[in-house]
Amino acid sequence: MSSNKVKVATVWLDGCSGCHMSFLDMDERLVELADKIELVYSPLVDMKEFPEMVDVTLVEGAVASVEDLHKIRKIREHTKILVSLGDCAVTSNVPSMRNPFKLEDVLSRAYLENADLNQQIPQEVIPKLLPHARPVHELVKVDVFIPGCPPSADTIYFAISELLEGRIPELSDKTRFGA
Amino acid sequence: MTPTTAQQARVKTLKINGRDVSASGDQTILEVARENGIEIPTLCHLSGLTPVGACRLCLVEVKGVNKLLPACVTRVHENMEVFTDSERLRKYRRMVLEFLFTERNHICAVCVSNGHCELQSLAQQQGMTHVRVPYLYQKLHVDASHPRFKVDHNRCVLCTRCVRVCDEIEGAHTWDVFHRGIKARVITDLNQPWGTSETCTGCGKCVHVCPTGALTEKGVSVAEMAKRRQFLPYLTMMREERG
Repeated sequence: MSSNKVKVATVWLDGCSGCHMSFLDMDERLVELADKIELVYSPLVDMKEFPEMVDVTLVEGAVASVEDLHKIRKIREHTKILVSLGDCAVTSNVPSMRNPFKLEDVLSRAYLENADLNQQIPQEVIPKLLPHARPVHELVKVDVFIPGCPPSADTIYFAISELLEGRIPELSDKTRFGA
Repeated sequence: MTPTTAQQARVKTLKINGRDVSASGDQTILEVARENGIEIPTLCHLSGLTPVGACRLCLVEVKGVNKLLPACVTRVHENMEVFTDSERLRKYRRMVLEFLFTERNHICAVCVSNGHCELQSLAQQQGMTHVRVPYLYQKLHVDASHPRFKVDHNRCVLCTRCVRVCDEIEGAHTWDVFHRGIKARVITDLNQPWGTSETCTGCGKCVHVCPTGALTEKGVSVAEMAKRRQFLPYLTMMREERG
């Protein structure tokens, strides 16, 4: 597995996977990128443990559960350049729409009031939610922000290409919140 | 604007970003800058309504003055030297926008005004890629009691364009501002549901001058609420000619 390729990881926290879909939308450009990068950890590859050191990690989603928090802290320790990919990572976006409500009210709404059968609030397997869904940079240092819901494949391709060239991408003419 | 004296109406010469420009003494820095193709970002300002200097996005530097001045409500002076773009100004403009984004719910992805919103465009223009202060997550209400329009206070930036257009152009003064600071809200009549307002004529001018998704027509979905503002300078001009 060892190579001179740039090690890239992608992570899916509290988001809809739309940013990962947009990543796949790079289509044939993925083949070109595959010559330069090695995808070492991602929902798209079967790797259970986050590697010792990754050059670039793209994070989709807000930090909303104890598991997300554990993951993002570990990822930050093992990543050189951490990228918030998409509005959920950057602003906490749609996942944050529960934040004005009390957590117990949110759980009760989802698992008791709206469930006809088997009403129960999950106690195991499903990670405990944090009181608020929060942007990634409120919890760990983020190096690059890519707004968009989702950022377009062109934007993601541009951002990765710039990072591969050793530059921090300037994205204000390419994407915006809600793009 | 207040009546112009002969003194103010005299031609003034000044510099904006090092460029020599001339102006009438009753003009504001913002008016003169725009006439000369110099862009200054604004949010609460709307041509045809009385400027109020509420949003502070149009702050500029003037040589010899320590504080920053709002271009929309500052008149030009002879030999004034104005700077509209500097690292200091960019820093404050981004800060103003970040505070607006944290105060209420501005989730563009699910907003009727996505793609047609002045707050969203300003964030992009000013290079605001994220918000550095914690969000407040306030829970404000949506008033959909009017038959054709609704007000979502979660999207309101308190620019008061609705208040001004309703008072100055429609002459109804249905809208006003209630409370101060973080508690401030726009209200209809005596802080009652819009649908019960006795003064609202249902003209919809407030909806179309609103820069965000706070005031919208009913029945529009995400990204469908494009606003039409062409009427405003036209109405203002007609009145000035008649008056």
